[in-house]
Amino acid sequence: MADHQHDHNHDHSELSDIQLRVRALETILTEKGYVDPAALDQMVEAYETKIGPKNGARLVARAWIDPDFKAALLKDATAAANASGHVSPVGSHLIAVENTPQTHNLVVCTLCSCYPWEVLGLPPVWYKSFPYRSRAVIDPKGVLADFGVTLPADTEIRIWDSTAETRFIVLPMRPGGTENWSEDRLAEIVTRDCMIGTGLPKPEGN
Amino acid sequence: MSNTVHDMGGMHGFGPVEPEPNEPVFHAPWEGRVHALQRAIGAAGLWSIDGGRASLETLPPAIYLASTYYQRWFLGLERRVVRYGLVGEDELKAGRSLRPGAKLAHVVTPAEAARPPMRGNFERPSSASPKFKPGDRVRTKEMNPATHTRLPRYARDKEGVVEAIRGCHVSPDTAALDVHDENPQWLYTVVFTGRELWGDDADPAIKVSIEAFEPYLLRA
Repeated sequence: MADHQHDHNHDHSELSDIQLRVRALETILTEKGYVDPAALDQMVEAYETKIGPKNGARLVARAWIDPDFKAALLKDATAAANASGHVSPVGSHLIAVENTPQTHNLVVCTLCSCYPWEVLGLPPVWYKSFPYRSRAVIDPKGVLADFGVTLPADTEIRIWDSTAETRFIVLPMRPGGTENWSEDRLAEIVTRDCMIGTGLPKPEGN
Repeated sequence: MSNTVHDMGGMHGFGPVEPEPNEPVFHAPWEGRVHALQRAIGAAGLWSIDGGRASLETLPPAIYLASTYYQRWFLGLERRVVRYGLVGEDELKAGRSLRPGAKLAHVVTPAEAARPPMRGNFERPSSASPKFKPGDRVRTKEMNPATHTRLPRYARDKEGVVEAIRGCHVSPDTAALDVHDENPQWLYTVVFTGRELWGDDADPAIKVSIEAFEPYLLRA
């Protein structure tokens, strides 16, 4: 119990330490005229409220119901996303990779945390974590099992390591039982994990 | 640096991946501030994106491994603002500015920050044709530079196939050196079998691709 108490206090003081250091750095950078705190507020708000996986889900849902859009997305996802009036303009080199009955795609950045912010928002902690970065390229089935995903034994798993400024979004397979669904309803079952490759869309979950 | 602890592909022992249901974008307000500070100061263009990455990769391994993601971002940012002369060590210690700031090329305004952010484009005009084409067999170089690179250790000296040409892009290895040279290079998607990367015991169902710059590649 005493040890537990000690650990708790230790963690707490570390947290305070980083809070204080971040606040101090922001103060210094502001006083020197390098940053405007109001601009920082806007940047935080954009990712908390506007830019997230819902943006990517709309592209996927549209690709499911519009074969021309799907072809355009697979040919040049940067252009297709921008032409679709996407909420956050895509700077360059977004690449859409399509899941098929033969191949399942999984995206990772083993070296840091490269992730398609424009379509998925900021990456979750697990994507940036050491377990994911280390295991995705050597034990993708084990990683998928951590997410409760099992694929047929003969499915090829293709891992995309994001080692440059290209960014990847997975186009999952449209699940059966969604034939008459609207684009809006389809977008609701396209989770963030589906577009990284650690999840599959589930119509029954909707 | 090259062979530092950030290069994790294929390592064992970190345990299971633990997804967090209903995860917030930031787990504490300071994380959001670090994210925004990094982007705001980055807009001044003093360092390249790979120069920024290098400052995280060269954190002492024990600190890198013991820090959370945004703690690492913060530690890297603190190093860079000192290294590029924006802030003095004495000011970090004092927690306030002790002298007027330098003139930055660009300070992000609230109006700019309110617009949807757009990531930079790293494609550049090329001065030569690409050496390889889709379908070519290539071997990645054995290389261990003491400086930044984006060729992961697990994919060095391995034979693979060029799947796509992605254009001619800023060289991360050069840009990270602060030499103000983008040294653009052709970029390829190169795919390897699991067995080529991990040996005969590897799962035959897996293939792994990296995004490889032309100087990383030899004809196989």
